[in-house]
Amino acid sequence: MKFGVVTFPGSNCDFDTFYALRDVMGQPTVGLWHKDHSLQGVDCVVLPGGFSYGDYLRSGAIARFSPLMREVGEFAVKGGLVLGICNGFQVLLELGLLPGAMLRNKHLKFLCRFVTVRCESERTRFTNRSRPGQVLRIPIAHFDGNYFAPPEMLAEIEANGQVLFRYTDPEGRPTEEANFNGSLHGIAGLTNRQGNVMGMMPHPERAVDKLLGSVDGRVIFESMIGRP
Amino acid sequence: MIDPKILASHNLTREEYDLIVRLVGREPNLTELGVFSAMWSEHCSYKSSKFYLKRLPTQGTAVVQGPGENAGIIDIGDGKVIVFKIESHNHPSFIEPFQGAATGVGGILRDIFTMGARPIALLDSLRFGPLTAGKNRAVMDGVIAGISSYGNSIGVPTVGGEVYFDDCYALNPIVNVFCLGLADKNKVFYAKTGGAGNAVLYVGSKTGRDGIHGATMASAEFGEETEHKRPNVQVGDPFKEKLLLEACLEVMEKGLIVGIQDMGAAGLTCSTAEMPAKSGTGLEIDLDKVPQREEGMTPYEILLSESQERMLIVARPDEVRAVRAVFAKWDLDAVEIGKVIEGGRMRVRFHGEVVVDVPVSAVVDLCPVYQRPVAPPPSPASSIHLTHPVPKDLGAVLLDLLSSPTIADKEWVFRQYDHMVQTNTAVLPGADAAVLRIKDAKKALAITLDGNSLYARIDPRSGGMIAVAEACRNLACVGARPVGVTNCLNFGNPEKPEVMRQFKEVVEGLSEACRAFDIPVTGGNVSFYNDTEGVSIHPTPVLGVVGILEDIDAVVTPGFKRSGDAVILLGANTEEMTGSEYLKVHFRDLGGPPPLIDLVREKAVQETCLAAAEAGLLDSAHDVSEGGLAVCAAECAFLGAGGLGCEIDLDEDIRKDALLFGEAQSRILVTAAPANVGTLLGLARRQGIPARQIGTVGGDVLRIRHKGQDVLTVPVQDARAAWKEAIPRQFTVRS
Repeated sequence: MKFGVVTFPGSNCDFDTFYALRDVMGQPTVGLWHKDHSLQGVDCVVLPGGFSYGDYLRSGAIARFSPLMREVGEFAVKGGLVLGICNGFQVLLELGLLPGAMLRNKHLKFLCRFVTVRCESERTRFTNRSRPGQVLRIPIAHFDGNYFAPPEMLAEIEANGQVLFRYTDPEGRPTEEANFNGSLHGIAGLTNRQGNVMGMMPHPERAVDKLLGSVDGRVIFESMIGRP
Repeated sequence: MIDPKILASHNLTREEYDLIVRLVGREPNLTELGVFSAMWSEHCSYKSSKFYLKRLPTQGTAVVQGPGENAGIIDIGDGKVIVFKIESHNHPSFIEPFQGAATGVGGILRDIFTMGARPIALLDSLRFGPLTAGKNRAVMDGVIAGISSYGNSIGVPTVGGEVYFDDCYALNPIVNVFCLGLADKNKVFYAKTGGAGNAVLYVGSKTGRDGIHGATMASAEFGEETEHKRPNVQVGDPFKEKLLLEACLEVMEKGLIVGIQDMGAAGLTCSTAEMPAKSGTGLEIDLDKVPQREEGMTPYEILLSESQERMLIVARPDEVRAVRAVFAKWDLDAVEIGKVIEGGRMRVRFHGEVVVDVPVSAVVDLCPVYQRPVAPPPSPASSIHLTHPVPKDLGAVLLDLLSSPTIADKEWVFRQYDHMVQTNTAVLPGADAAVLRIKDAKKALAITLDGNSLYARIDPRSGGMIAVAEACRNLACVGARPVGVTNCLNFGNPEKPEVMRQFKEVVEGLSEACRAFDIPVTGGNVSFYNDTEGVSIHPTPVLGVVGILEDIDAVVTPGFKRSGDAVILLGANTEEMTGSEYLKVHFRDLGGPPPLIDLVREKAVQETCLAAAEAGLLDSAHDVSEGGLAVCAAECAFLGAGGLGCEIDLDEDIRKDALLFGEAQSRILVTAAPANVGTLLGLARRQGIPARQIGTVGGDVLRIRHKGQDVLTVPVQDARAAWKEAIPRQFTVRS
């Protein structure tokens, strides 16, 4: 599967994501420049983490206007696979490709740590390699990861089974303590209704190497890549 | 025109002014005076410290670049070099904690990528007043938020460091920031101009009125009017710096430039003078071409502004277009503002007139070097007789120590920093040293920052030596051998003979220890005038030591791993109490000399630990430092798997509190599988150091016996809670 990792000005996980996909997962991977208008024939677009345009206004609010986002939008509508990680998730929310918005973390601090998230469905293009209810240990690093959606929207998201990851304790129980950023329903990642666009706050690209403490992020990439 | 009042406001003495007149050959105008004032400030010229800094060893086979450039460079083999440096941002961080600390990070990052290296790690040494005071909490909160905002945004992980607390930092916090970068050996860049005719380009942010006189401000004591200096602190823009970083590395990668220097302290002045001074050329610039953020700036303001995220680049005329194209790609200004000239002069034009015309060597190299008066050493203290009684409940003392902020868990701090971006962080913050992998290589890097001002306060020389010894010991604990040192020397006003004595002795101690460990000092920073309202901080040398692990898979971490492992002490327990956190926390006693340090013994202990790590004999290793053996064992339990405790039996004939909490040097607590104990003790014998099994890992209690009697029994869970909650509790929002 050919991956394209987008670099916005201020992206800072673009190299890490590129390395995880190409060097660790062994997939053909290209860098996509935000000012271009070509997706170079990729099968999957990844919007990486970082602080696009410094995130001085609102996370992801300016990056959504980057030239390449026109192509990314069309690609998504046609059913192309799109993954947004952290800041990439925020950009997808701003683009309207995913529902909802991000607020500041509940304790009003940036948080970087390993967390555990429970996989809510193993029947999606992003999680088909996971076991039912599998708990993944993946790092997060964000200031604005407190997921919010109005009640009707939230009910719809849940009803459609769009929630893919929820913050839980290591045993898979959704506790208030495990939901360290205050997200509604403990939402850590979700897809669009069609299931081809996914955003998540945890960084799977930081969890592909045993040396760095976890390889649980591979489950997501392996699911996307599919069976060899 | 230049009257005593103007001189005083520029922090220049009459004698310095007379020298300037001689060097320039006439009375300088106000703009020229501003140029000299900034470049001859203590911060830029090192005029009080230079004489002593020459004593530090700077040579070594792996040294590519020693002191004198933006950062030091060490060859780590395989065509790679590491570039690293530490800098202080104490003064700005006190005036405006968030921006002061943020711009400190921005500045040290530029020092590293200016040389062609991609920054891969940041560490900070932070010291604040006691957290019981709201003001100190606010300063700490602001400093950490500032570091976090800048480092997280630009995407360089903050992987470690230290946080200390002491009364002496209440009005003068310490913010020392360290950065390390990785570069290809054949792609290193320096602050050079090449020959006459080369183009001078200004790149990065526009120039504003912020930070004028920042360098001068950092070179004077603070009084009560310090609040007024807030406009002297710059405002950081990590997004701009991220663009600047990528654009600079891209023009370097493409080989488009001749030389480059960042505009840090003293801004455009510093780079305009230093680059030609190092190259035997001159520089001519036109201030009308400098991108400006606001209208009506005077030449004085443009030259002395310390606006952040700016660089000066020298390129061959035929490459200018290509350089500009790269910067345009990253949406940055790159403006040709002048050219390299022959004749060694710095010539600055403004509205068609020459406003500065001075010899660059006068500005950069001819600042007077002072041998300021040094107070005589105090008469040696007669042997200290401690009258403090041994506390009855030593378990309670342990809990007190674990919850004292200097010793308590710093996770509340580290989790605000993105310490994992770039995906190289192999050992998370909290261990003895940070460990970074090098992608696709077997080799790894280890970094530690260390310093203890309680020791240096009483005995600066020992304090300096112990700082080096302990930093190297930290590296040994993860299995890394030290290859280079950078230091940040934080002191009071050097015009006070007592401060100058402390400085001289600390440098002598550092020098002696670096020679003993055979590690070169590749640069550093001196921060004087850490005085507020006439009170100096304790002498605070902070050492940044970088080491190499030959095999990342052999890395050792401090936490207990397995029940049944033997607990082994490398080194000996001796009766050392004074200068300890224990005396400070429990008896509020800062008196007495620091623990003895024997560099030969120290080196042998470290060699034993390293040999054992390299042979794969160790399951864990942790340095015995603040809080002594009991705190060390507790930390091994907290950092380990599944809340494992340990049982330890001791039988030394010394005070029980000294045994548990004393800070005798040259000790490392290691654990190993029982089958490896014999080999391990054999290694120790070969190095001639005492070593013995003192206990076993297991259970969920920390139990220490002395001559068969229980002296301390604390459940790991309780101890962990005391350690874990102490700092977050201070910052809990009270509803």
